Amino acid sequence: MTNLTKEETQALISEVLEVYPEKAKKDRAKHLAVNDQSIEQSKKCITSNRKSLPGVMTVRGCAYAGSKGVVWGPIKDMIHISHGPVGCGQYSRAGRRNYYVGTTGINTFGTMNFTSDFQEKDIVFGGDKKLAKLITEIEGLFPLAKGISVQSECPIGLIGDDIEAVSKKASKEINKPVVPVRCEGFRGVSQSLGHHIANDAIRDWVLDKRDGDNSFVTTPYDVSIIGDYNIGGDAWSSRTLLEEMGLRVVSQWSGDGTLAEMELTPKVKLNLLHCYRSMNYISRHMEEKYGIPWVEYNFFGPTKIAESLRKIAGYFDDSIKEGAERVIERYKAQYDAVIAKYRPRLEGKRVMLYVGGLRPRHVIGAYEDLGMEVVGTGYEFAHNDDYDRTIKDMGNATLIYDDVTGYEFEEFVKKIKPDLIGSGIKEKYIFQKMGIPFRQMHSWDYSGPYHGYDGFAIFARDMDMTLNNPCWGKMKAPWIKDEAAPAVAAAA
Amino acid sequence: MALRQCAIYGKGGIGKSTTTQNLVAGLAELGKKVMIVGCDPKADSTRLILHAKAQNSIMQMAAEAGSVEDLELEDVLKTGYREIKCVESGGPEPGVGCAGRGVITAINFLEEEGAYEEDLDFVFYDVLGDVVCGGFAMPIRENKAQEIYIVCSGEMMAMYAANNIAKGIVKYANSGGVRLAGLICNSRNTAREDELIMELARQLGTQMIHFVPRDNVVQRAEIRRMTVIEYEPTAKQAQEYRDLAQKIIDNKMFVIPTPITMDALEDLLMQFGLMDEEDESIVGKTAAEEATA
Repeated sequence: MTNLTKEETQALISEVLEVYPEKAKKDRAKHLAVNDQSIEQSKKCITSNRKSLPGVMTVRGCAYAGSKGVVWGPIKDMIHISHGPVGCGQYSRAGRRNYYVGTTGINTFGTMNFTSDFQEKDIVFGGDKKLAKLITEIEGLFPLAKGISVQSECPIGLIGDDIEAVSKKASKEINKPVVPVRCEGFRGVSQSLGHHIANDAIRDWVLDKRDGDNSFVTTPYDVSIIGDYNIGGDAWSSRTLLEEMGLRVVSQWSGDGTLAEMELTPKVKLNLLHCYRSMNYISRHMEEKYGIPWVEYNFFGPTKIAESLRKIAGYFDDSIKEGAERVIERYKAQYDAVIAKYRPRLEGKRVMLYVGGLRPRHVIGAYEDLGMEVVGTGYEFAHNDDYDRTIKDMGNATLIYDDVTGYEFEEFVKKIKPDLIGSGIKEKYIFQKMGIPFRQMHSWDYSGPYHGYDGFAIFARDMDMTLNNPCWGKMKAPWIKDEAAPAVAAAA
Repeated sequence: MALRQCAIYGKGGIGKSTTTQNLVAGLAELGKKVMIVGCDPKADSTRLILHAKAQNSIMQMAAEAGSVEDLELEDVLKTGYREIKCVESGGPEPGVGCAGRGVITAINFLEEEGAYEEDLDFVFYDVLGDVVCGGFAMPIRENKAQEIYIVCSGEMMAMYAANNIAKGIVKYANSGGVRLAGLICNSRNTAREDELIMELARQLGTQMIHFVPRDNVVQRAEIRRMTVIEYEPTAKQAQEYRDLAQKIIDNKMFVIPTPITMDALEDLLMQFGLMDEEDESIVGKTAAEEATA
C-alpha cells in the first residue's frame, strides 16, 4: 500500500473520530494531527499532556510509575520503598529490564520489592511509625545499601503522612540519605509528572551533597549520561562509544546508576541527555545552578549516532573531535555490514510507533538506516516540546497521535496497514492477533541493547526476525482455501 | 418495634455526646433497648453510660490484634447503665492517619458481626462535629441512620454548622432514605434562643424537637461520669432529657431539609441581633486606619 496524502490522512482522522460523542470527538481531535514539517510549533497542530478521557483505554501510567519505575528505581545501590499497599510495588517489580551489575540483595537491589504493605490500620492510624521501623529494619538487613528513597503511593497523600519528617529523622539515625518522594499516583495526568517530581527530589535531597567538596579529581572530559535507563544494556553500549572518543563518563542516570554517581554529577563538564522527557528538568537545574551545559543526543542507528557523536564532540577540544571521527570510522565496517545484510530484507517496510516520551521520535533514524519508513507515531505522555522535536523527524502527511486510545490505534492500523508496529506490552497481543508483526519498544521484547553501534546490530536483527518471520504466512487456517494460497507461497 | 437508627450531628463542643448519652439514658428508662456508636476518634461518646474514661475502641483493638478481622464483637461491645450497649469506632490521634476510614471500617465491622441484629429499638451514632469527609458521612449512608438530629444553640457558628449539616443531609437524602428529624437546642442562655432556633428550624423545613435548658447539674453528673438521669433522677434537668426521649419516640416529622443561603442565615442572625448590619466601609480596615479616619 502506498502512503497516504495529506488529505487522505486528514480524512482518516475524521473518519475515526466519527464514532465518538460530540464532546469526546472535540477533545480527541486536538490530539490527532497530520504532520507538516513546515509547522514551527507543535502547539499549532496538536495538544498534549492533558487528562485522558474515561473509557478510552489509555495505556498511560501514574506519577508513582514515573518516579519509582522510571527515574529512581534503576538507582541500584539504593533501596526504594514502595510506601503504601503492596500492589504498586509488587506489580511493578523487576519488569523494566533496566540491567545492572552487582549482587542483588547484597549491594544492589534493583529487582527486589520493598514495601510498607499498608493494612487498614495503617490508613487509619497513619503509616509513619511503620515507615520508621521499616527503614531501621532495612539498615539492619541490608547494611550495604547506600541510601533509601520513599516512593509514595496514593494513600500517603490522602492521609497526609509526614514522610519528610520520618525521612529526616531516619537519615540522621542511619547516617545515609533517606529521600521522601511525593509521587502519589493520583497526581498529574500521566507518569510524566512523576518524572518531574522525582527530578525535583533528586535536586532537593541528593544533588547538593558534594557542593564545596573538591576531593573528587575531575578531568576536562568528564560527562554524565542522563536519561538512559539501560534497558537490555543500552547505557553500556552507549558508554563505550563515549569512552572510546576520549570522554570520561562519571555517572549514568539512572540505568545501572548509583547514588554516588548522582552526587558527583554536578562536577562534570557536560550533561548528555538521552531521554529528554523524563530528565530535562534536572539537566536544566544543573545548567542554572552549576553552569553545566546539556546536549540532547540520539544513539539509535548509525546516522543519528554519528550526528550525536559530532554534536557532543563540538563541546570539547580537537582531541575529542578527532576521537568522534575515529569512533565513527572504527565501527563503519560493522554497521555497513549490518545495513548490507538487513536493508534488502526490510527496505520500504512501513512502521507505526506508539511509545512513551522519547522513542516515538528517537528510533525513526534507526528505521530509516534500514530503509524503513515511520508512517505514524505518537507518545503516551509527551509534552509539546517533544512534538516540536518530532515534526521535523517525521515525513509530511504522516500521522501523529497523542495519548492514543485503544480504538483509534486499532482503526489507524487497519487503514494504514503498516508492516510493523512498535509499541508496548498492552498493545502487543492485540496487533499480533490481527496478524501484524509487532516489537515491544519499551522493553525491546526481552532483547537489546538497541543503543550504540552494537545495539543497532541487534535492533536490525530483531526487526528482521519479527517482520520476516514465516509465522505471518500461517495466519489463515489451512482449511480456509481462498486467499490462503498466496500466503503459503510467500512463506515457502 | 422496628429498629430506628439515629445520628447526632452538630458543631464541635456543642454538647452532642452529653446530650446523646442523657437522652439515651431517658430512652432506656422508658424500657427501650439502645446502642450508642461513637464515631469520633476521641472515643468519649460512651463514658457517662459506662462510667469509664474511654472505652477500648474498635480501631484501637484492631490495631493491637493485627487487623479488624481478628476482633470479636464481644471484645468491643460493652454494656452500661440500664443495659445500654456501647461501642466506639475510635481512630488516630490528631494529625495522623485517616479518622474517616476508621469510622468506615468500624461500622462495616459492626454490620458484618451482626451488632444490629440484636433485639434493639434504637441505635444512636454520635458523630464528630464536622462532616469533613466521606468517612464521617458513613452513618447516614444507605441502610444506616435514617433520622438525623442536629444539636445546636443560639450562637452564630452553631447555626452555620447546623445549616451546613442540613446541606450534607440533602445530598444523601436524594440517594437514600436519610431524613432530618429535628434540631435539639442545647441552650447557651443567649437572648431569645428558643425563638431563634424555632425560626431556623422552620426555615430548614424541620422542627425544634426540644429546648434543653442550661443546668449545672449536667456538669456535676459529668464529673462523676454519669448521666443526669442516673446521678440525680429527680433533678428538673433529668425530666428535660426524659421529655426529649419521649419526643424522639413519638417523632413522625422526617424531612428532606431545605438549607438556607448564607444571606438568609445572616438576615436571620441580624433579625435576632446576633449580627450587625454589614458595613462595607469597614471591610479590610485595620484598627489604626479606622482611628485616623
